[in-house]
Amino acid sequence: MSKPTLNAPQAPVRRTIDIVNASLKRRHAQERRFRRIGAIAVALGLAFVVLLFADIVGKGYTAFQQTYLQLPIELSAEKIDPAGTREPETLSTADYMAPIRAALRQQFPEVTERRELRQLYSMVSVGAPQFLREQVMENPDLIGTTQEVWVLADDDIDMLVKGQIDRHAPEESRRVNDRMLGWVEHLEEQGRIEKRFNTIFFTQGTSREPELAGIAGALMGSFYTLLLTLILSFPIGVGAALYLEEFAPKNRWTDLIEVNVNNLAAVPSIVFGLLGLAVFIGFFGAPRSTPLVAALVMTLMTLPTIIIASRVALKSVPPSIREAALGVGASPLQTQFHHVLPLALPGMLTGAIIGMARALGETAPLLMIGMIAFIVDIPSGFTDAATVLPVQIFLWADSPERGFVERTSAAIIVLLAFLFLMNLVAVLLRRRFERRW
Amino acid sequence: MNITVDEMEKMTGAMSSAELASERHSRTTVGDFTAADPRMTCRNVDVWYGSKQAINGVSLDIGKNEVVSMIGPSGCGKSTFLRCLNRMNDTIDGCRVTGSIQLDGQEIYDKSLDPVPLRAQVGMVFQKPNPFPKSIYENVAYGPRIHGLTNSKAELDELVESSLEKAGLWKEVKDRLDQPGTGLSGGQQQRLCIARTIAVSPEVILMDEPCSALDPIATAIIEELIDELRANYSIAIVTHSMQQAARVSQRTAYFHLGDLIEVGETNQIFTNPQHRLTEDYITGRFG
Repeated sequence: MSKPTLNAPQAPVRRTIDIVNASLKRRHAQERRFRRIGAIAVALGLAFVVLLFADIVGKGYTAFQQTYLQLPIELSAEKIDPAGTREPETLSTADYMAPIRAALRQQFPEVTERRELRQLYSMVSVGAPQFLREQVMENPDLIGTTQEVWVLADDDIDMLVKGQIDRHAPEESRRVNDRMLGWVEHLEEQGRIEKRFNTIFFTQGTSREPELAGIAGALMGSFYTLLLTLILSFPIGVGAALYLEEFAPKNRWTDLIEVNVNNLAAVPSIVFGLLGLAVFIGFFGAPRSTPLVAALVMTLMTLPTIIIASRVALKSVPPSIREAALGVGASPLQTQFHHVLPLALPGMLTGAIIGMARALGETAPLLMIGMIAFIVDIPSGFTDAATVLPVQIFLWADSPERGFVERTSAAIIVLLAFLFLMNLVAVLLRRRFERRW
Repeated sequence: MNITVDEMEKMTGAMSSAELASERHSRTTVGDFTAADPRMTCRNVDVWYGSKQAINGVSLDIGKNEVVSMIGPSGCGKSTFLRCLNRMNDTIDGCRVTGSIQLDGQEIYDKSLDPVPLRAQVGMVFQKPNPFPKSIYENVAYGPRIHGLTNSKAELDELVESSLEKAGLWKEVKDRLDQPGTGLSGGQQQRLCIARTIAVSPEVILMDEPCSALDPIATAIIEELIDELRANYSIAIVTHSMQQAARVSQRTAYFHLGDLIEVGETNQIFTNPQHRLTEDYITGRFG
């Protein structure tokens, strides 16, 4: 090269750098603006999440406690077991409401008028005798003694004690009248009212009475539905993805299938419910309102999600691994099962759990197959009539009683806790199985 | 068909399709493509990717205990040809192979032939080291295990040791056989891949640019290893480095745009090429 050409590039270099410098300020400003917008968006999203959680927890946490009244109950032998045989049948058919009412009358001897008495009796839950019966059946020695028993309070009393009903509001706009308020305050002074951990909420099925309503039935229904959904959808989904991605010839038919799988993932869930109603219940005669049908519908609904996630996971396995396995003489199936699947598994599991989480929160298709029925019994199998958590929430949200408001929120807390748990499991599984190559 | 003109040009190394067409069916191989004691014989092999022809009537032998190197510019079809030799191209959609490729007199593209045992006989080492994301031991033991080559754990241990020994890796890894094969350095990984290939005792080893991802020292070790392996195996190696071809191989084949231009003794190819294209490539005027 000659000397003039060596110096020549100097001039354009300086000019370029001037242009670059001139635009630098604007470019940095753009970047700052973008970052700020991003930060605001994240903050806003977090704020709404916090607001949502605060609202639900604020409304729902009180449902984890339940008000009980302590009453000295005389379990007279003549009333409960006149023959003295202590046979379970006699004990279970005895009238346990009478001793509770007697105890209430004893606490407030001044109440004699019928209407007032009825109000007095309504302070305890209609389910209270049932729990007393269980106590007596468990320990028949109680018969003939007078016991201090914690009796389940009615939901109005529960609301009053928890402060959900304003004691200072005028009587006509309050569900609990002044007389009852006086009784409650009298019992409170004597230390005969206590809030205890609400085991009923976790061990009982639903009920018309808020204080007797629990989520155990819905939880078991959700459990059976999800279990069967997972058993059905994971192997089928992974198998379908494996076949489509690794074995099927790439032609017009597989293209068509791929497009349809992607479309099915976006089909409104209620359509799957209609399909389940028509096909599984209408055509195959499967029992309605059961986890079996729910799981079949959920399987159809989650399959596209699992197939898509699994295909992406399979695609992300480097082809060099396949070549390596084929190169030492592994058959295509061995290549897939020994090398490709283990590497794709974390992604597949994540997809499956996300699909399951969606199935856990799904309501609409289940309404179509009769899961909305009012079912008190806790299901004990795949073919028992059942309901699921989100449907239970929907039903309770529809109930007018004040006590169901906090129970709705509490059930939402439980549902969210399970969703959170499932997502956590997805993250942990990912970490656990993730390998580098 | 499903391959566009753009893709075609990518495959053929930016040669225009018109030029490509005009040069088709115009070349015969210079030099003797046969080997004295052939293990694999290829005659008039054509390979098509969809409607595009990647290999055009190639005939070449790979002899016993010899290293044949294949050189040529990018996209000349040397890797494609190599992958035909153990039917690795089967995995590519739309790939079609015609002509005759025989291993010890057996037609490997015969409909009745199972590619699984073929790949046990014709092993392959790839461009990028690709150990399985498993332990060093498992990497080597995998092949023998799926083929059921050993009867006991002790036998397998022995085979793993001897394979690593032959690949020159045993001393470096004998204390950490349970550690992941992916944790080794690039050169060690490639030797692990060679050990994995040797473990199933193939007859032919195909190497597709085995040193292109390695530094000079690792390359030198692998080249030495190739020379040692020649005593027991037939080796076909694709390389971009002409020096490497000159160092490791007995015979050299020069490919150009899907044609086999010239074959001959390595010495003769590098000192006295007969074809103008070979000479241009070797002297660095082209490619």
